[in-house]
Amino acid sequence: MVNRRQGSAAIAAGIFVLAAMAVVIGAAVVALFFEAAGSSAQTSPFYDSYIWRVARFTLLQASLSTAISVGLGIPLARAIARRQHFVGRTWLIRLLAVPIGLPPIIAALGLIEIWGRQGLVNSGLLWLGLAEPVSIYGLPGILLAHVFFNLPLATRLFLTQLDRVPSEFWRNADQLGLGASAVFRLIEWPFMRSHIAAIAGLIFMLCVTSFTLVLLLGGGPAATTIEVAIYQALRFDFDPPRAVTLAVLQLILTSLLLGLLALLGKAPEEGATLGQSTYRHPDRHLGSRVSDFGLIALAALFFVSPLVSITISGLSADLPRLLQEPIVWRAIATSLAIALCAAGLAVSLALILVRARHAAQPLAATRLWARLLRTTTTASTSLVLLVPPIVLGAGWFVLLRGRVDVFALAPVLVIVINGLMALPFIMRVLEPAHTTHMARTERLSAALGLTGRHRFVLVDWPGMKRAFSLAVAFAMALSLGDLGAIALFGSQDVITLPYLLLQRMGSYRTDDAAGLAFLLGLVCLALMVFASRETARPANETMPLTRRHSA
Amino acid sequence: MIGEQVVLDNVGFDRPGSSMFFDATFDSGTITAIIGPSGAGKSTLLNLVAGFETPTSGRVRIGDRDVTGLSPAERPVSMVFQDNNLFTHLTVETNIALGIRPRISRQPGDRETISEALERVGLTGFEKRLPGELSGGERQRVAIARAWLRRKPVLLLDEPFAALGPKLRRDMLHLIRTLQAETGMTTVLVTHQPDEAAGFAEKIVFIDAGKTIAHGPAQQFLSRTDVPGLAEYLGR
Repeated sequence: MVNRRQGSAAIAAGIFVLAAMAVVIGAAVVALFFEAAGSSAQTSPFYDSYIWRVARFTLLQASLSTAISVGLGIPLARAIARRQHFVGRTWLIRLLAVPIGLPPIIAALGLIEIWGRQGLVNSGLLWLGLAEPVSIYGLPGILLAHVFFNLPLATRLFLTQLDRVPSEFWRNADQLGLGASAVFRLIEWPFMRSHIAAIAGLIFMLCVTSFTLVLLLGGGPAATTIEVAIYQALRFDFDPPRAVTLAVLQLILTSLLLGLLALLGKAPEEGATLGQSTYRHPDRHLGSRVSDFGLIALAALFFVSPLVSITISGLSADLPRLLQEPIVWRAIATSLAIALCAAGLAVSLALILVRARHAAQPLAATRLWARLLRTTTTASTSLVLLVPPIVLGAGWFVLLRGRVDVFALAPVLVIVINGLMALPFIMRVLEPAHTTHMARTERLSAALGLTGRHRFVLVDWPGMKRAFSLAVAFAMALSLGDLGAIALFGSQDVITLPYLLLQRMGSYRTDDAAGLAFLLGLVCLALMVFASRETARPANETMPLTRRHSA
Repeated sequence: MIGEQVVLDNVGFDRPGSSMFFDATFDSGTITAIIGPSGAGKSTLLNLVAGFETPTSGRVRIGDRDVTGLSPAERPVSMVFQDNNLFTHLTVETNIALGIRPRISRQPGDRETISEALERVGLTGFEKRLPGELSGGERQRVAIARAWLRRKPVLLLDEPFAALGPKLRRDMLHLIRTLQAETGMTTVLVTHQPDEAAGFAEKIVFIDAGKTIAHGPAQQFLSRTDVPGLAEYLGR
């Protein structure tokens, strides 16, 4: 930071935000540990076989989900990379990005429609004369849903790796007449191998902390993960000690995993390209073409079918009647209000942290504290991953219980938890954009003496608005689709769309559920479209989306 | 004539792994070229004068003022970088207007001033263009127009033409010379082309390993044998 006064203000703000985050997260963790220490003497739930069963299942489903996602991701990414030109390639790659913004509850509903008891797959099997239908509830359903979310992630990350192969490698391979297996062994595999551990670690972490999918698709105590068990202990069995034990267990698990992830190295950043920059001579063997396109078609079908199904059932649901219910409008309004606040919180925190990191950068070479600040800001986002929303919620639940009415504070708690949850992702959007922007403009602005509002209007807002809108839309979509925090703190007074959806599913009003999922998906889709369109917009336009929906 | 003398008075600049030391005087109204190997600290020297870096020890003086503690905008300096001299989302006109005053608002008369500056660098009628529509040479001309219009006593050029072809580079140097002769700005140019430097500048400063090694008239400078490291840098 060239201007020293602004620099120290940015650093001070960053330290304040870090301290606040440490208090919010630390209080929850400390509360959990105190509670656990206090209660273990009387009931010794640590030896409860239920808890060990839950922990074992959590690890089992995460291992299997990771193995399948990575195992299929490698050949799928290879097939897509090998076929540089086919109709719909760009759309397929976009489709792989859909799960980022897709609320899990919608995906779960879509998967049930395809793979469930009355779903397409089972009807097909019955028609073929197989009497025993496949059951989606339990381990198979959880695996299916985790693969639905993480196979695209793995594929995208592997594809990025393959895109990094210099095109001279392909030209050389062509010239030397290397066959497909030699190309795989000598080029593709080495480029993917270096990141397999990091990608697998990331997916494993996501599956260990996954809540919504397990809640909806898990089958009773036999197929429950720690996160869902915490929720059940707090909301159904009114057994806070058990929730605390589980939460502490989950904390230990996530910290071990984060340590392991740090050893494995960072998962590769995603490339911005659509993977068409590389020269690649197509492999013309019939066998490889059939296997490549077969794999691509199957994957596309697997990803698209639940989305299409949810759209069809959503459209055929009685939407007009649904939209006449005041509670639906209340849920939409609550959802949007919470999402807006959470996004505002997440983006503000992220901006302050990013600016502090940037301001500390020139000092980091000579000053230990500046280096420390830069490391801490990075670590703070990991801290958010360390304490999953449900655990954070459980901590605050335990802390506030008996002192204040927890459910009256629900909106605040949900906003804070959703905001913190979005923070690591928002940082990944904002930080690179901020770094590039500063590299382009910082010295020039300083040389010309551009400061304050003049600099903001002329330089910073035009330069950052795209990343900013993307961050806001992304944070809103995450918050809109969240079922974790609201499942803990929701009540008849505070109902969001996913919470209402869960209630309707619970009372077997499938038609309503489909309609609500469709509405929720529409809002999230609109947000994403808005965010990606923002590039082509003039600078000073406000967000039309929120106005449209509150009208 | 607006030029002022620039003095780096025993300026030390320390970073982990490197320690630089500059002691040099650039006389008022002269053109000086700075040459030296990559990483020797040529750009760092300019950044110290412009205020993008703060010395660990020593003083930087411009004219009779000590500017060591001043921010870049408070120093009587214009600097043209190799790249990113223009805000890419703003028109040529707005980019130049920011040189008149760094504010959102404009004043009557600005338009004429801007047109005149563009005319001076041979870009008449380019007001409404965006930097992305210009060639590399044209973008640098806009930056030079802005520097000319700001009329600061010191003009620093950090390899601004490194990415241009030989003819364009010669044209640009000629343009700088003309504008310099007209205003008398104390001009310091960092370059990777020693021969060009000898033809363009009055003085040459040779920097090696973070130190000002020698300083003298441009004529015959390159054939001097009393400058340690110079022969090796030139490959002789």
